[in-house]
Amino acid sequence: MLVIHREICGYCGACVSVCPEGALELIDAYLEVDDNCISCGICTRACPLGALEVKDEE
Amino acid sequence: MRSEYDLLVIGGGPGGAIAAKTAAEKGLNVCLIEKRPAIGAPVRCAEGIGRELLEEFIEPDERWISSEIDGAKIIAPNGTALVLEPQMAGNEVGYILDRKVFDRELVWQAAEAGSDVMVKTRAISPLMKNGKVGGAHLEFCGIQRDVRAEVVIAADGVESKFARWCGIDTTIPYRELATCAQYLLTNIDIEPRTTIFYLGNRIAPEGYVWVFPKGERSANVGIGISPADCGPGQRPRDLLDAFVKSNLPTGRPIECVVGGVPVCEPLKSTVSDGLMIVGDAARVSDPLTGGGIYNAMFTGKLAAEVASECISRGDCSQKALEKYDSGWRDSRMGKALARNYRIKEFFIKLSDEKLNLLVESAAKINLKEFSTLTLIKELIVRNPSLLLELKSLRDSIR
Ligand SMILES: Cc1cc2nc3c(=O)[nH]c(=O)nc-3n(C[C@H](O)[C@H](O)[C@H](O)COP(=O)(O)OP(=O)(O)OC[C@H]3O[C@@H](n4cnc5c(N)ncnc54)[C@H](O)[C@@H]3O)c2cc1C
Repeated sequence: MLVIHREICGYCGACVSVCPEGALELIDAYLEVDDNCISCGICTRACPLGALEVKDEE
Repeated sequence: MRSEYDLLVIGGGPGGAIAAKTAAEKGLNVCLIEKRPAIGAPVRCAEGIGRELLEEFIEPDERWISSEIDGAKIIAPNGTALVLEPQMAGNEVGYILDRKVFDRELVWQAAEAGSDVMVKTRAISPLMKNGKVGGAHLEFCGIQRDVRAEVVIAADGVESKFARWCGIDTTIPYRELATCAQYLLTNIDIEPRTTIFYLGNRIAPEGYVWVFPKGERSANVGIGISPADCGPGQRPRDLLDAFVKSNLPTGRPIECVVGGVPVCEPLKSTVSDGLMIVGDAARVSDPLTGGGIYNAMFTGKLAAEVASECISRGDCSQKALEKYDSGWRDSRMGKALARNYRIKEFFIKLSDEKLNLLVESAAKINLKEFSTLTLIKELIVRNPSLLLELKSLRDSIR
């Protein structure tokens, strides 16, 4: 599951541009992730601050 | 705001603003929407632009120029400096803007020309009419409404969601997004009229660190790297902090900027029925430098001109709008994009040793008339160990 660390996120939209599923959207300063996310982790590499993390589902 | 326009422009950056201004001047009914509450903020840019490129669109004005630049330096991993004097620096001669004010000026000019402008207004989906884009569904402070338009220009920047919603795949191959962090640093000793670029796989893998002066003792100091080289402790911000600590330890940040720049090839097609894509959304930023302000303005203007022709002829099909797509590809800008993409592909594969060699030998070359090809030719003569790489680079950009 994709976890967004909002205290780190700089809402720049870099992650949005590399998401192969179009699952991310920036709504002003708030990054939204929808059901299309496949937890591929590509966005976690593109984030300049490290605000995104894929965590195993318990 | 009306419910029907000739042209709807999505995004209030330089691409959208110039598109709206151009179209309004041509007499179209135009509406520009921007989802952020303020034009120009937060800044996602190092703010550098070449003098001639800027002047193609707007008369320089001290209200939004932070610094004038007349030289550049490229620093190799081993510290060797290649100094580009004004007559050689070409596009590096120019300005560091204050984009918070610059972007506002451009949108203000669009409004002056007669365009409607809406902020805090987001496009949330396209309006489709017989398989053709015919406007957009918008949201303003929780209120949704439809706006129809003959043509929609997607100038929505690196995120580029609108074209994606219209069925065009705008995903950037992840290693071809430059992921960036930047501080506006104050209290530093700099050369206020010189930009500096630091290269090296340790400093900035597949990218570079920049120092762009903003006045006498402050500068945009930033880094852009490939996500392929990122990981915990090795992200743009970490590398930037390390650079500042060892190179500009007295610096105090008064602004932290993050963002992504496309350094991939442009979209395969930047038009479809009723839709045109400009600027970062079309992936037309320069893949070598990451510069995209000019390219956004250039494509924005051309798109508006073609839209105006097509609207007056009553044909806004993909075929008719294609004149825009081929127009920018055949332009000087389009050709530079193709060439610089190949040069970037060459550079990102070089080891630090090879980068050192190239910068050292380029520093010794006295180029009277600068061109990329003459430089490469000289480098080939001086670097037999790089013969193969340089020759294939030369052949790929000829
Ligand atoms: C760190 C960094 C440094 C850079 N340095 C330079 C430099 O020195 N020189 C240079 O030339 N370029 C530089 N660039 C690139 C430059 O900033 C961009 O190329 C340029 O801003 C592109 O202009 P644009 O109009 O296409 O998009 P943008 O300026 O990104 O504008 C797009 C706008 O669309 C809005 N938007 C997005 N989606 C929607 C929606 N659904 N509805 C309504 N509005 C929407 C966004 O909020 C945004 O305001 C840099 C970029 C970064 C990240």
